[in-house]
Amino acid sequence: MAIKNKPTDWTAAEVKEEMLKKYPPKVARKRAQSILINEALSNTTPEIQANVRTIPGIITMRGCTYAGCKGVIMGPTRDIVNIVHGPIGCSFYAWLTRRNQTDAGETGENYMTYAFSTDMQDSDIIFGGEKKLKAAVQEAYDLFHPKGIAIFATCPVGLIGDDIHAVAREMKEKFGDCNVFAFSCEGYKGVSQSAGHHIANNQVFKHLVGTEENAKQGEYKINLLGEYNIGGDGFEIDRIFKLCGITNIATFSGNSSYNQFATAHKADLSCVMCHRSINYVADMLETKYGIPWIKVNFIGAEATAKSLRKIGQYFGDKALIDRIEAVIAAEMPAVSAALEDIKPRTEGKTAMLFVGGSRAHHYMELFKELGMKTISTGYEFGHRDDYEGRQVIPNLKVDADSRNIEEIEVEAHPEQYAPRKTEAEMKALEDSGFQFKDYEGLIPDMEKGTLVIDDLNQYEAEKLVEMIKPDIFCAGIKEKYSIQKLGIPMKQLHSYDYGGPYAGFKGAVNFYKEIDRLVNSKVWGFMKAPWQENPELSATYVWE
Amino acid sequence: MLLRHTPKEITERSALMINPAKTCQPIGAMYAALGIHGCLPHSHGSQGCCAYHRSALTKHYKEPVNAATSSFTEGASVFGGQANLLQAIENIFTVYEPEVIAVHTTCLSETIGDDIKQIRDKAEKSGNIPKGKTVLFCNTPSYIGSHVTGFSNMVKGMTEISVSTGKKNGKINLIPGWVEPSDMEELKRLAALMNVPITMFPDTSGVLNGPLSGEFKMFPEGGVTIKELREAGDAIGTLAMGEWCSADAARSLDTRCKVPCKVLDIPFGLKATDRFIDAMRIIAGTSVPEEINRERGQLVDMISDSHQYYYNKKVAIYGDPDQVISMVEFLVSLDMHPVHVITGTPGKKFEKRIKELTAHLPYEVNVKAASDMFLLHQWIKNEPVDLLIGNTYGKYIARDEDIPFLRWGFPILDRTGHQYFPTVGYKGGLRLLEKILGLFLDRKDRDDPETVFELTL
Repeated sequence: MAIKNKPTDWTAAEVKEEMLKKYPPKVARKRAQSILINEALSNTTPEIQANVRTIPGIITMRGCTYAGCKGVIMGPTRDIVNIVHGPIGCSFYAWLTRRNQTDAGETGENYMTYAFSTDMQDSDIIFGGEKKLKAAVQEAYDLFHPKGIAIFATCPVGLIGDDIHAVAREMKEKFGDCNVFAFSCEGYKGVSQSAGHHIANNQVFKHLVGTEENAKQGEYKINLLGEYNIGGDGFEIDRIFKLCGITNIATFSGNSSYNQFATAHKADLSCVMCHRSINYVADMLETKYGIPWIKVNFIGAEATAKSLRKIGQYFGDKALIDRIEAVIAAEMPAVSAALEDIKPRTEGKTAMLFVGGSRAHHYMELFKELGMKTISTGYEFGHRDDYEGRQVIPNLKVDADSRNIEEIEVEAHPEQYAPRKTEAEMKALEDSGFQFKDYEGLIPDMEKGTLVIDDLNQYEAEKLVEMIKPDIFCAGIKEKYSIQKLGIPMKQLHSYDYGGPYAGFKGAVNFYKEIDRLVNSKVWGFMKAPWQENPELSATYVWE
Repeated sequence: MLLRHTPKEITERSALMINPAKTCQPIGAMYAALGIHGCLPHSHGSQGCCAYHRSALTKHYKEPVNAATSSFTEGASVFGGQANLLQAIENIFTVYEPEVIAVHTTCLSETIGDDIKQIRDKAEKSGNIPKGKTVLFCNTPSYIGSHVTGFSNMVKGMTEISVSTGKKNGKINLIPGWVEPSDMEELKRLAALMNVPITMFPDTSGVLNGPLSGEFKMFPEGGVTIKELREAGDAIGTLAMGEWCSADAARSLDTRCKVPCKVLDIPFGLKATDRFIDAMRIIAGTSVPEEINRERGQLVDMISDSHQYYYNKKVAIYGDPDQVISMVEFLVSLDMHPVHVITGTPGKKFEKRIKELTAHLPYEVNVKAASDMFLLHQWIKNEPVDLLIGNTYGKYIARDEDIPFLRWGFPILDRTGHQYFPTVGYKGGLRLLEKILGLFLDRKDRDDPETVFELTL
């Protein structure tokens, strides 16, 4: 191992100082508030600046609102024709580039392999694009007759004032048998993808949820919110649910179908995976339909077991609880066997995680299982509650950027609302330590003196890696190769480097193997040629 | 079936593009800018544009692709992006210390109407551009043309800093067009063999095919320098590869600096390479070295050796106009039959060129510019082909229709090699043939009944 695993003498404070040193003063002042040295005070979580504007010119990991809306949330919707209204690029870049797997069966509808765009030209920008949009929606309808057509606004659409919602209403009315709805997800809105998640989820809630009654039949009905089936994660979780006898009514939005969204109000519990992208939908489902929600995490074998037990405890049915225990007992031996083999090679190594709005937290579980320590972490588009816990939500400042993102007011539905448990039942559960809508955030799981950094950028990442030399760094494709050039293996936790699944029990084993492969690969020892390691010409050549 | 909703029956579409064979201008500008030494490309728009372009280029090259963005918010979109760009320029020069920032616009900043030249001049006046450093720019409205147009615009932007001192420097400007770093390396090798002193721009070799050595250099060794770009105005001539990719820059240099130019096809395949070598020979007044004659002879040899496997094979091809034109010429020279040909990039000239190249064939070729892969797939359903050529997105058609598939073009997201092995020149022709032949023969070995399975082919 060439330059790896050397203990460094840098303290967190020195690393932070070094990262800020080169910035112009204004930038340094702003970034300083997003770089937190985790010094947990008694019973309080330190405050971090998050969900604020990216600084122009600073090479960020972040994408835009459109990416969050069309790419992340609506990307995995296989039986909705998603038409991007704009110049061609936005549609092209969101075409199959996230690894949302889906199972439409042999003959089911699946438009995820297609990219649909109005391909706006300069004449559309000058004279308006509504006419072309209407024609495009009509052509999509005539060709495919889908259940739903979604329209996505790109940057220029908002500027030229095309009323995409009016077009959607008109076309929906005209067709009669096709739900047409639109998303004002122009890339310039908000400060990151997070705003796009919100815009997408609001429209899904308004236009789809509760519109059909023919839900999947079965016992222990749940929704899985914020699971996108990257690399088949959702398939693995569904496999486990099936073994346990839990009925997953709707996943938002991995491997989803129109009907699943439309019948989500029929579930009896919402389980939230990615807190960042969807916690507000869980709230709305509770307010409008009476479905309580809990935070779950299926990343990590232990975390999976814990989440299953939490679901069992909620339903409180012995048959379910026993079955869950039987499933855990059946699945864990393979997990333990893998760990027994791999952990001796990973134990004590260090990881850095800078990804997403929940993954940086969830994946700490898997590294913990491998005996590895997460020494620095942060989100790309998280909010303060994802770092510090939900108790900060009432105190979050509403700034100019978040004010632009619609908050929808919901109230109990006159017919469809039904409390899933009586007040007494809910209280009994809470008294026994069961926590509804609870999320403590990432910071409490980080050790004292570690660095928590929001919206880490290229320069800071390079400094972190150069100074601390972790054994592995996790982020996305844009970061991958600059980190690896430094001789540090880099694991993509958006696309999983085209592997996976990493969720559930089987996923945990896949992840252990993958991390073992990365941190112990021979390649990191090949970077210097023999003559670079020993440049002096000393002895004469030894012939045979 | 992966593309299960694509019907065989073709209906007219006027508004809905399905499965594009193009993307937008800014990514082309970003790719071109990476071919300038010490340059940080900058995307003036929402940060998503920059993120998408960096991701696509990174996936294609498996290399770091750094670029900055003006990170527009709603406020900037209403009041204009000047403050964002000024701040970005200051931050970039302070933090990343590039020699050059190459700014391109986006549909957002173009729709607002930001005047980049004026903002650049303001940055210069207020001292935000350190002495000796350069900010160049081009306009890349995403709603005109395609990624190819953006590439061309950035290359033209590079020539805007060229100056004519009135004294020729004896060099040839070689604008390679949108080709891979490996292709640029190959073109430089051929020019060196011919003893022709060249300035190549852009030049992404050494930038997007770098080594792994434990060191990260944000600005690797490769790329054309600002000094070379300035001096391009004193060249004796410009050879521009590709009407769509390179001609604008070459003609602009002609107008501004009186550097005469010739627009050639990108040298993919035998004949286009012949024209390229011949042009260099005449310009340099030198004879073609034996080494190049030998390489040419090897390519001709391989064509003759394996001709039986190409003969009369039907091909569908999609991609960028300059590349597809040369490739169609190459296919025709192998006695193959390109039957369906599309590009997503607009240009009537494309259809005309393809028709000319295929005029003598015993059928009329389906050709369309500003088209999409949905139509191409429908054409294939109506008239099946033996080979599909294009970027990675073709794998869905290839699998559904069970067609051998040659990945060639941009982007290639699921294979590697294009960074390292050229497809231009005679050597590149050999590589293309090896790949095509491998596809046909692997298929034959897979499909032949056991009774006729052959050892020697």
